[in-house]
Amino acid sequence: MELKIALAGNPNSGKTTLFNSLTGSSQYVGNWPGVTVEKKEGRLKGNKEVVIQDLPGIYSLSPYTLEEVVSRTYLVTQKPDAILNIVDGTNIERNLYLTTQLLELGLPTVVAVNMMDLVRKNGDQIDLNKLGRALGCEAVEMSALKSQGSIEAANKAVEAARAKKANGPLRMYTGCVEKAISQIETVISDKVDAQYLRWYAVKLFERDEKVLEELRLTGSVKQDVENAAVACEKELDDDAESIITNQRYDFISGIVAKAVKKKREKHGLSASDKIDQIVTNRILALPVFAVIMFAIYAIAMGGYPFSIGTMGTDWVNDVLFGEIVPGALDSILGVLHVEGALYGLIQDGIVAGVGAVLGFVPQILVLFFFLAILEDIGYMARVAFIMDRIFRRFGLSGKSFIPMLVATGCGVPGIMASRTIEQDRDRKMTIMTTGFIPCGAKMPIIGLFAGAVFGGSSLVAVSAFFIGIAAVVISGIMLKKFKAFAGEPAPFVMELPAYHLPSAGNVLRATWERGWSFIKRAGTVILLSSIVLWFLQGFGFTDGSFGMVEDNNTSLLAAIGNAVAWIFAPLGWVGDMAWKATVATVTGLIAKEEVVNTFGVLYHYAGELSETGDEVWNLIAADFTALSAYSFMIFNLLCAPCFAAMGAIKREMNNTKWTLGAIGYMCGFAYVIALIVYQLGGLITGEVGFNIFTIAALAALAALIYLLFRKGYQPDGHYSVNAKMSASAR
Amino acid sequence: MKTLRDAEVGSTVAVVGLHGEGPVKRRIMDMGITKGVEIRVRKVAPLGDPMELNIRGYELSIRKADAEMVEIR
Repeated sequence: MELKIALAGNPNSGKTTLFNSLTGSSQYVGNWPGVTVEKKEGRLKGNKEVVIQDLPGIYSLSPYTLEEVVSRTYLVTQKPDAILNIVDGTNIERNLYLTTQLLELGLPTVVAVNMMDLVRKNGDQIDLNKLGRALGCEAVEMSALKSQGSIEAANKAVEAARAKKANGPLRMYTGCVEKAISQIETVISDKVDAQYLRWYAVKLFERDEKVLEELRLTGSVKQDVENAAVACEKELDDDAESIITNQRYDFISGIVAKAVKKKREKHGLSASDKIDQIVTNRILALPVFAVIMFAIYAIAMGGYPFSIGTMGTDWVNDVLFGEIVPGALDSILGVLHVEGALYGLIQDGIVAGVGAVLGFVPQILVLFFFLAILEDIGYMARVAFIMDRIFRRFGLSGKSFIPMLVATGCGVPGIMASRTIEQDRDRKMTIMTTGFIPCGAKMPIIGLFAGAVFGGSSLVAVSAFFIGIAAVVISGIMLKKFKAFAGEPAPFVMELPAYHLPSAGNVLRATWERGWSFIKRAGTVILLSSIVLWFLQGFGFTDGSFGMVEDNNTSLLAAIGNAVAWIFAPLGWVGDMAWKATVATVTGLIAKEEVVNTFGVLYHYAGELSETGDEVWNLIAADFTALSAYSFMIFNLLCAPCFAAMGAIKREMNNTKWTLGAIGYMCGFAYVIALIVYQLGGLITGEVGFNIFTIAALAALAALIYLLFRKGYQPDGHYSVNAKMSASAR
Repeated sequence: MKTLRDAEVGSTVAVVGLHGEGPVKRRIMDMGITKGVEIRVRKVAPLGDPMELNIRGYELSIRKADAEMVEIR
């Protein structure tokens, strides 16, 4: 018979490590229905009929966060056969808070106290017998990182599931609270599953909005429940939610006093706290952070001889996709007598296109590897702590900083890094704005125009970077005022988990999972678009007949470029360069460095183009003015990112409407900014006369200023800090 | 009324109660800031906000604006 065991625990309790060691490679990763919360399940090693369902890391079963709601809905509606609750032994008091809530569900539960090796090393003691007795369930010890006790804990949960024995009753609530909850139990006993009676009664006492919605109590039952709660609130002069939380923590304090002996004095400094005296020090924190990030980028994407990532990438670009693959294909295609168009498609279209993207893989893997280490040891929480103040200013939280930081290398992992932001609203906003940060692949575009039109001024690169940052800031302020993003800043009540050594398994797994999803996209979206682009660029109508063209000015791509170039005319893309600029922008969607390559091809430069493309500088300088070059650059830096990043947006949004919205927003924003810069800039320098688009640009500027400074949507439920105690206010 | 926001770095304070309502208050309580608990204020972040607290044997960071909900003695 198949058994389902739910794995529940706090974030940072070692749940991921335990899940990986219990299920090994037999994991299935997906999303919980309708939300972007990751859902993982796998089969227990050595016992294939046991399915381990990993729940999100949560602190509580409150109705307020997505993860918590997903978890409790699963536990109440899917009725797993048992719960394996992992508890961090070094932080047992707060970890048991979730345990007290899980136990009320009436499901067979086993509590596994993790990190017992560290507990002993600290000189502390936890009496598991006393703990188990107080909780009314079995308590076992383990050290998931060292794989000690993991399988044993899982087996205990399997036993509990087979025995179908729920834990004994908890004597958690005292006095009028227990009385009120018992009363509620009596009146709702015929409305809910007997197993979950206590859970529902406590939730009704708390006036949990989700449970109230689900049960839809009416008439005298509703009145009886409310009366019971109100009587108790009056007696204790507090609100129901606070009463329950207080009693839970009082109950836990009682258990901890009996079952746990701590060597360190209360509020004493642990080894982790001592590290933090430097790492989050008021003066040293920012320099330390800068040094760490600099070191990681130097190793991932810097120059020789430090950068493993760059060496790998150069090897893939120059050797693997420069010689080995084309050479091998040459001989294979030669044997098969493949020539002409098909040969061109394979070598110039597919190998060149897919190779360009796969070239990033070594750099990205190195970057992911170090970021996974920072995540695993607990440093990312410190980054959020240090940076929160700045990001709060424009409606994001400190946690948004990590994706943007990563995006300076590549937007794809940047967007994927937004996963760590729990608040749905903040995550969406971070995804929408992360693409504005100039990534490594946009650098060649900046280099091209700085060299060709601006005499190599380094100010161009600096201004590009600031435009990216400004786009994030402006978007943050603007979007925050729309209803979909409005509201109090997400609470920043965040644990700073104790540092611990990275686990090789976790780090490598995280690196590979993210790296693989990048490679997979190169094999699908990029492959397809390379084929399409090659075809459009190489074929066209000449002299009334369709076929391969010698001159790509007559290709289908040029025809399409010409047909849509009018869209960009207000941005100053006019004359001979109009269709070329348009086509370059479109090919930039495949990969941003394609923009430079496309210019090389379209300006008839035969031969290898260097990364900055300085061979075509003169031709470009003749076609572009300083202003139209700048407008082109701005549009390409801010508009929709490459296909790989769009894929990442789709994956993280997990919703077509939001994906299209995000991409549309970026394009629209890019267009408006480029329009304002070109039209109003041109009016000032005298390059452009007053025309209808000047009015459009002025209107756009006015709208932008309005959106920035308007009052914005004010949500209900705005809490007031100076309000009276909520109980007496009610 | 003295709130956690005003507590000095390095001081140990006791919680009298929490004001306000809604998700933020619940989150703060869930993390262990409840009536009667003792909090040691460890430090504030380099830019002056948020603050780091030691509570129930672990480290918690919370914004000053939210710390205003917590009345202390």
